[in-house]
Amino acid sequence: MSATALDQIAIRSPAREFWRRFRGKRVAVISLALILLLMLTAALAPWIAPYGPATPDYDAVLEGPSWRHLAGTDTFGRDILSRMIWGGRISLTVGFLSVVLGCAVGVTLGVISGFFGGWLDGLLMRVMDVMLAFPGILPAIAVVALLGPGIVNVIYAIAISAVPVFARLVRGTTLALKQTLYVQASRSIGVSRNQLMLRHILPGTMPAVIVYASLRMGTSILTAAALSFVGLGAQPPSPEWGAMLSDGRSYLGVADHLTICPGMAILITVLAFNLLGDGLRDALDQKLRT
Amino acid sequence: MFGYLIRRLVGTIPVLLAVSVFVFAFVHLLPGDPARMVAGPDASFEQVQEVRTELWLDRPIWQQYLRYLDQMAHFELGRSIKTHEPVAFLIGQRFMPTLWLTVVSMAWALTAGVALGVLSGVRRGGWEDQATMVFAVSGISFPSFWLGLMLIDLFSVRLGWLPTGGYGGWQHFVMPAFTLGSAVAAVMARFTRSAYVEVAAEDYVRTARSKGVPERRVIWTHTLRNALIPVITLTGLQFGFLLGGAIVVETVFAWPGLGRLLIDSVNLRDYPVIQAEILLFAFEFVLINLIVDVLYGLVDPEIRLK
Repeated sequence: MSATALDQIAIRSPAREFWRRFRGKRVAVISLALILLLMLTAALAPWIAPYGPATPDYDAVLEGPSWRHLAGTDTFGRDILSRMIWGGRISLTVGFLSVVLGCAVGVTLGVISGFFGGWLDGLLMRVMDVMLAFPGILPAIAVVALLGPGIVNVIYAIAISAVPVFARLVRGTTLALKQTLYVQASRSIGVSRNQLMLRHILPGTMPAVIVYASLRMGTSILTAAALSFVGLGAQPPSPEWGAMLSDGRSYLGVADHLTICPGMAILITVLAFNLLGDGLRDALDQKLRT
Repeated sequence: MFGYLIRRLVGTIPVLLAVSVFVFAFVHLLPGDPARMVAGPDASFEQVQEVRTELWLDRPIWQQYLRYLDQMAHFELGRSIKTHEPVAFLIGQRFMPTLWLTVVSMAWALTAGVALGVLSGVRRGGWEDQATMVFAVSGISFPSFWLGLMLIDLFSVRLGWLPTGGYGGWQHFVMPAFTLGSAVAAVMARFTRSAYVEVAAEDYVRTARSKGVPERRVIWTHTLRNALIPVITLTGLQFGFLLGGAIVVETVFAWPGLGRLLIDSVNLRDYPVIQAEILLFAFEFVLINLIVDVLYGLVDPEIRLK
């Protein structure tokens, strides 16, 4: 083996190594491309949606898919495709903000809990356990019951239910990282506690956090749509996908496209985030594999 | 075994107490005066004061909490603000439909999930494996309420084979249970597969195979029995998922259960009902996990010693 080949192996950074492995996962790469496409479509909604999300067309009420309305129209003659494109903005924003918020709080608590240990760790983890005792969508519903229905409150609700998941995950990783040689070494040369947590431990928790964040995006979008579907999230004129489904259910058998189209949108988006999460898990850390 | 049982029971008490503190705090976090809420918007100042004294709202918060615990212990859950019926009665009516729905859903999801997982593990890399893994990832991505609506569209509206909703005979269970259980079946399949694959790589499995134990016995006795132990724990956790999922699925199928009662109560801001329901859901989940832990102890003697 020549000297240059050895050098190339030596300089392969974790980021490049990750990219090399991620590129090999065809499904994950396609999912990422799909997510980027969905984000672009949502961002450009005002320019690419053929009609406004609330523009009625009373000459074309409850019409099936046609060249004029590619995904048909609803009871007010509103264009379903345009509403889906606008609805993507809501779903992606709600998913993203709730995950970022829940993740930020959860990661902070997790690092603090794992790093300091002792009674603080005991207390924080018991609180997280109690939060996890409320199953599934229940904590989100409790928060909405408290704050009132609406899409902004849904963001808080979903963020809060994500906190214990991230806190537990990051605490575990922090405990493991605390024992590693490089953290012990930094500690022995007198690196401050804040520096240890921020520069040496926090980055080490990121691979697992990124995987969970992607999987959590799928869950959050699904939960937000479910809350809107049962009437606790986005309210009727809003083109949120769950709310659109709820509108469409009265026309099952009459105008199926009202239910099929927004449902497909939710399914494809959630599936893409879940597949991306799986791919990231495989590429980031072999140990995270289940 | 008995000591283990006692330890697990005692360990559950602090969790239940903590849950009750959360749920008790819930009503106190609400904006506005709880006494005014119960008395109604038309009540006079004196009537509001009367309610305040009656509900101990003028006492220190710890006394209120102890009273709350005492009432819970006697199933005194207050009255609905809207219908004035006792909350215990409202919940009692709705309890069995939800319990049956979750049990039936879990039964098919567990059977199908484990079967698919094992099939996929045995035929690793084959088309059965690939198909199962596609099902596993799409199963958790499917919006349950959408799946429910699509089933109604096909089997009720178009074919007329099954009722669109409501509670009754087995026909009423088919679509709601399928809808609610599909995500759990998907999770089970994936988990069972990885547990199976892990155990199949153990030395004792290789030894069994090399000494000429028939393949059927290697799969059933040596591998499957050990692979199923972690599946028990997952079952407990997935019950929680079903309880949460029932809230949405009951809305789709007009199922007269706890989930729909909860959604209706949130929409009506009927706080005594909401509070009692949240407590009930959490308690049920904690108790199911307790039962699962005990089962785990029965199956795996090592756990009992920890």
